[in-house]
Amino acid sequence: MFGGVFFKNKATPKYWAIAGLVAIIIANCLELQSGEPFFAINVSNMLSFNSFNLTFIAVALSCTLLYFLLSGRDIEKVGANTPEYFALIFFVLCGVCLAATFNTLLILFLGIEIMSIPLYILTGSDKRNLKSNEAALKYFLMGAFSTGIMLMGIAFLYGGNSEGSFFINNINLGEGKMPVMIAIGMVFLMISMSFKVSAAPFHFWTPDVYDGAPTVFTSFMATIVKVGGFIAFIRLFENSFGKVHGQWQMLIAVITAATLFIGNLTAVFQQSVKRMLAYSSIAQAGFMLLAIFALNDTAKEGLILYSAAYSLATIGLFAILIKMHDYTIDGFNGLGKQQPVLAVTATIFLLSLTGIPLTAGFQSKFFMLMAALRDGHQHWLVLFAVLCAAVSAYYYFKIIQAMFFKEGSQDVKDHGSIALGENITPAFKLLLIITAVLIIVLGLFPWLITEWLHY
Amino acid sequence: MFGNDITIPHLLIFFPLVAGLITFFIKKDASVKAWSLFSAIITLFISFASLYYRNNTALSGLAFNYEWLKYMGASFSVSLDGMGRLLTFLTALCFPVIFIATFKTLYKNPKAFYGLMLLSQAGLMGVFLSTDALLFYFFWELALIPVYFLCSRWGGEKRIPATFKFFIYTFTGSLLMLIGIIYVYLHTGATPYSDHSFSMQAFHSVSLMPSQQNWLFWLFFIAFAVKMPVFPFHTWQPDTYEQSATAVTMVLSGVMVKMGLFGVIRWLLPLFPAAVARFDNIVIVLSVIGMIYASMIAIKQDDLKRLVAYSSIAHIGLMCAAIFTLQQIALEGVMIQMFSHGINIIGMWIVIDLIEKQTGTRKISQLGGVSQKAPVLTILLVVIALANIALPLTNAFVGELLMFSGLFKFSFWYTAIAGLSIILAAVYTLAMVQKVFYGTTNPLTATMNEISWNEKMILSVIVIIILMTGVYPQPFFNLTKDTIATIITSFK
Repeated sequence: MFGGVFFKNKATPKYWAIAGLVAIIIANCLELQSGEPFFAINVSNMLSFNSFNLTFIAVALSCTLLYFLLSGRDIEKVGANTPEYFALIFFVLCGVCLAATFNTLLILFLGIEIMSIPLYILTGSDKRNLKSNEAALKYFLMGAFSTGIMLMGIAFLYGGNSEGSFFINNINLGEGKMPVMIAIGMVFLMISMSFKVSAAPFHFWTPDVYDGAPTVFTSFMATIVKVGGFIAFIRLFENSFGKVHGQWQMLIAVITAATLFIGNLTAVFQQSVKRMLAYSSIAQAGFMLLAIFALNDTAKEGLILYSAAYSLATIGLFAILIKMHDYTIDGFNGLGKQQPVLAVTATIFLLSLTGIPLTAGFQSKFFMLMAALRDGHQHWLVLFAVLCAAVSAYYYFKIIQAMFFKEGSQDVKDHGSIALGENITPAFKLLLIITAVLIIVLGLFPWLITEWLHY
Repeated sequence: MFGNDITIPHLLIFFPLVAGLITFFIKKDASVKAWSLFSAIITLFISFASLYYRNNTALSGLAFNYEWLKYMGASFSVSLDGMGRLLTFLTALCFPVIFIATFKTLYKNPKAFYGLMLLSQAGLMGVFLSTDALLFYFFWELALIPVYFLCSRWGGEKRIPATFKFFIYTFTGSLLMLIGIIYVYLHTGATPYSDHSFSMQAFHSVSLMPSQQNWLFWLFFIAFAVKMPVFPFHTWQPDTYEQSATAVTMVLSGVMVKMGLFGVIRWLLPLFPAAVARFDNIVIVLSVIGMIYASMIAIKQDDLKRLVAYSSIAHIGLMCAAIFTLQQIALEGVMIQMFSHGINIIGMWIVIDLIEKQTGTRKISQLGGVSQKAPVLTILLVVIALANIALPLTNAFVGELLMFSGLFKFSFWYTAIAGLSIILAAVYTLAMVQKVFYGTTNPLTATMNEISWNEKMILSVIVIIILMTGVYPQPFFNLTKDTIATIITSFK
């Protein structure tokens, strides 16, 4: 497991990165299967490795592997400092692993920060682009602000605890209502976590940052980093505040509803696919928040499944988007004729994001709805989520319509909708097909992932 | 993993599915048509085989089970009862008919067209066969996706917005149903939060409080009502029927609308008896409003496709009202009418398609005197048109008579008002026949020729089915006896 921490230094060229990642995944899976730690390192109980955490890490690492394979070439194109980009991504991964396994508030803070700081750099990595710089600055300022709030929350929790302990399952929740200090700390943590997963009303940075950052890194930020944030979120709230679930559930319900509403409604009006995907990632975050709202076994299974389904589909879509000449929806016009493989796989990704049966997206949404209904409170939230999902069909299907049912403009007919200098290799197509097949397999047999939780 | 013996239900699902997937990879465009027609005919034979087994009381030979999502109590279980046999037979019969009738139509990219058609057939079969709620939902959506692509890719000018409306309507409806399904699922099993199951037996034996039933009823009903469509959820239907390619319109109107009626009978009635008893008047009033409203609009239509679309809303409205009377006689009428409506409306579409292909227009005001040029077509059409009005000796007469008697037992006034729709149907159908087929020819229709052999053949087959069902409907009653008995007993 700790391989993730050590390996980051070696990751110089792309192939090293891929090889290293494969090694970590194998080590991780072996540990998951046997339950024996691969490296025995004394972590003084600061980290915990159980099947849930390890399954999530396996999902996150596999998605990163796929991401490297699909977009590795594009990472190399962003700027001159290719090795650094890979190293930074490995730093982020290390942060994700820490965020998935933390056992004390300190490690949580470390994990979230290790995850965020390299992202500020990656966002601004396209130095000559003004938008990229603006996004990085914005992200950094907002991120620093949320870090402050998080630290404040941790301090409140520490102070409110008479024994003075950072362990997450050791928080003094009191009898009946929570003590004021603890309650304030919890709300602060909720705010900063909501910021990290871009839940409304703390989502304002998301569209600008996702739009400004180089598209390859947007793909990474919107998927693996975001679900990493979710895992930290659910683990923190389950272990620390799970016993007083009823006291803060309503708060999460409101955040969820707001996130779903804003994400979906704003996405409808976007013309740029990249920006649309940024808003759609907010909308999908709303669905994932249902897991934190429900906080039961189904929710945990569902969150892992959702992470996989959402990351696979989004990474695939971004990989296709990078190759496009024109990022607007009209840029996709007529793609079905020119690049049938790209168009068909993109359709499967979009169907999965919409949540059509046979795709992993359906199963994950299904688990979320089931978890929320099983919770038994606030049925209105489930109804609301479903109506928002229906809205999401509108903007996802606009791309499908553009690809298959509309003719490209004269310019597109002459030059193709693929950007100059980009060539679609057979290997790239094959990888897209593999991703699409994975989505369908998970849609038919979701227990391929959820089964791991029962080890 | 898939059990020992291959049974008819999964042949009915998987054969079209595999055939459809193969179609995408056929190289030669010419052989695509032949292959899809061939596979549709094979499916028809499989369906004949299922009819042959009707005296098999055990039915176990026709059921098929496979643990699918083992942690969740969902299984891939399919089986055939009387209504299932009837509707799978209708599905199996419609596709070869559609393929033959449109054999000469040329489509852009025929591989994709025929592949998607066969996939939608597989989805429809799955809806009619599944006895597991989650599986039912799966197929319910899967039948929609190929049809969405078919409608948007091949069709009229305004097809994209029209289909999109259709898609958003049905998708919203089905998501609401999904919530309902999950909610019921969580209440199955002996103790709370354990032993849940999606199987139909578990669903039917679950007991829900009337207050829960009330809102669950609407979650399910909206999904089904959009599909049927019942007033006021019908607004997608005329646009979509008008804009789609005729072959797709046939699938939509002939078979897909039956999904809604089927869903009500199979899932809604047994699950929420208290809510059904409470809301039956509302649903019947909506249906009756829809019947009268659609018939009135149909009179004013100038486009043949829109006319048939509105007339279809009126017919479906009657079926929906008849179901909610819960009278045995009305349900018998619904069963036979589900089949007849499918056959009749496909006949109508074929005739419209033939006229449009030859004259290039569907406007009633621009046509006239077709009978002088194509007498055989006219004779066949008149029979189909009479069936549309439900005259005696035609199949629709049997169904409508039974449904109206059931409705009469329920309430006199509903019957009196709904009865007006028969008169209105006669008005618009006969006016259409008169304007299009009689009168003098004009330059557009003067060049028309008699229809070719395959069109004659398929229309005659439809006319024969219409007359045979009208004269001797007994086989249909025998076939669906068991389904009706189950429903009637569950409400006593």
